[in-house]
Amino acid sequence: MLELLSFGPNGWGGQLLMGTAMTVAVAVSAFAFGILVGSLGASAKLSHSMTLNVVADVYTTIVRGIPELLVIYLLFFGGSGVATAIASAFGYDGRIDLNAFTIGVLAVGLISGAYSTEVIRGAVQSVPFGQIEAARACGMSRWLILRRVLVPQTLRFALPGLGNVWQLTLKDTALVSVTALAELMRVTHLAAGATRQPFLFYSTAAVLYLMLTTVSTALFNRAEISANRGVRRA
Amino acid sequence: MNWQLMWDSLPRMLGGLSLTLQLIVGSLTLGALVAFAVALLRLSGNRVVETLAAAYVFVFRGTPLLVQIFLVYYGLGQFEFIRDSILWPFLREPYWCAILALTLNTGAYTSEVLRGAILSVPSGQVEAARACGMSRALAFRRIVLPVAIRQMLPAYGNEVILMVKATSLASTITLMEVTGIARRMIAQTFAVFELFIVAGAIYLVLNFIATRLIKFAEWRLTPYLRARA
Repeated sequence: MLELLSFGPNGWGGQLLMGTAMTVAVAVSAFAFGILVGSLGASAKLSHSMTLNVVADVYTTIVRGIPELLVIYLLFFGGSGVATAIASAFGYDGRIDLNAFTIGVLAVGLISGAYSTEVIRGAVQSVPFGQIEAARACGMSRWLILRRVLVPQTLRFALPGLGNVWQLTLKDTALVSVTALAELMRVTHLAAGATRQPFLFYSTAAVLYLMLTTVSTALFNRAEISANRGVRRA
Repeated sequence: MNWQLMWDSLPRMLGGLSLTLQLIVGSLTLGALVAFAVALLRLSGNRVVETLAAAYVFVFRGTPLLVQIFLVYYGLGQFEFIRDSILWPFLREPYWCAILALTLNTGAYTSEVLRGAILSVPSGQVEAARACGMSRALAFRRIVLPVAIRQMLPAYGNEVILMVKATSLASTITLMEVTGIARRMIAQTFAVFELFIVAGAIYLVLNFIATRLIKFAEWRLTPYLRARA
């Protein structure tokens, strides 16, 4: 039975490994895209413009309140249409077809971005305002304050929350399998169907996901320790 | 935007609401029982039992829910002894498989919330109860549990929202709840945005009601924090 998991001609080992690599690729890209969206969302929430506040609030409320699967279906069925519409607005008249990887990254990234928005907003707000005043009093420009005072400390405060968002993102990539992208869940589904050993393959997938979450939790813990090395503990 | 289509799709989508609600209520109720048992096991003081309970929580929190659902629905039927057992009439049905997987998933998350809440009860209160002559069980029932349940409500509210959303995964094992119906209608009509808005609105309303209920429970359980009239 274990021959099915081997890397030989009859085994699915190689494909499972490729699927795991694809899962990691989707998760990392979606997480990075989510942090980008989250930074924009947080700055919109913290800006003094009412419009931006409302837009960011609507975004986070909707994305966090509806099932992830619906968001993936929205981009899977509607993403190419929107991309074509945007391109034609810029004078390109052809059809744009987004591939499954792009759809997966966009969908999971938008979900991850909503959670990142809240994490980053909280982290920015926990930088004491006196420090920004002090930096201003020293004559730093806005950009310099952002680079030297706000961003380094925000990163430190946001790390634990972003670690949780990463776990969510990693697990949400499993849902991308409904778009037939060959990530771990999809490969497992195909292998289970072809070999009629569903229990074996789904438990293998569970173990692989567990390894990914365990390793990344350890990495985030180390990053937290290293980010807090200058902080005195009580 | 095709308003007529959105309006017409509403009754069909609401047809899946009953199944969605059954999955939410069923898995949350059973999940609360599992969580209670697991939290007690994790605090039991017996090393073997604690390790087993911790392993259960680790596995179910570390893997995607979709894997858990497929493992239950496709995986269990592979074994002869399960197909011959009295449980097979249940495990054959996607409905019970979804409930089982959702229950085990929420049980793992909720047990952690409950465990943290039980640990956060000040030890002075337990000591005081013991000094009044209460047995351990009585002190747990009268002091620890009520305080812990009050304490865990905000975190439990998040878990409830996650479960409302998680029921959508039941559509991957052929159950026609709200997301399943939305998916089928999108594939038939290609009115992606209209149907997405209708289905999304249903979930938003469900989550809104869920957060209100939790807020109400919090209000009921904290009379001492209210301003006296």
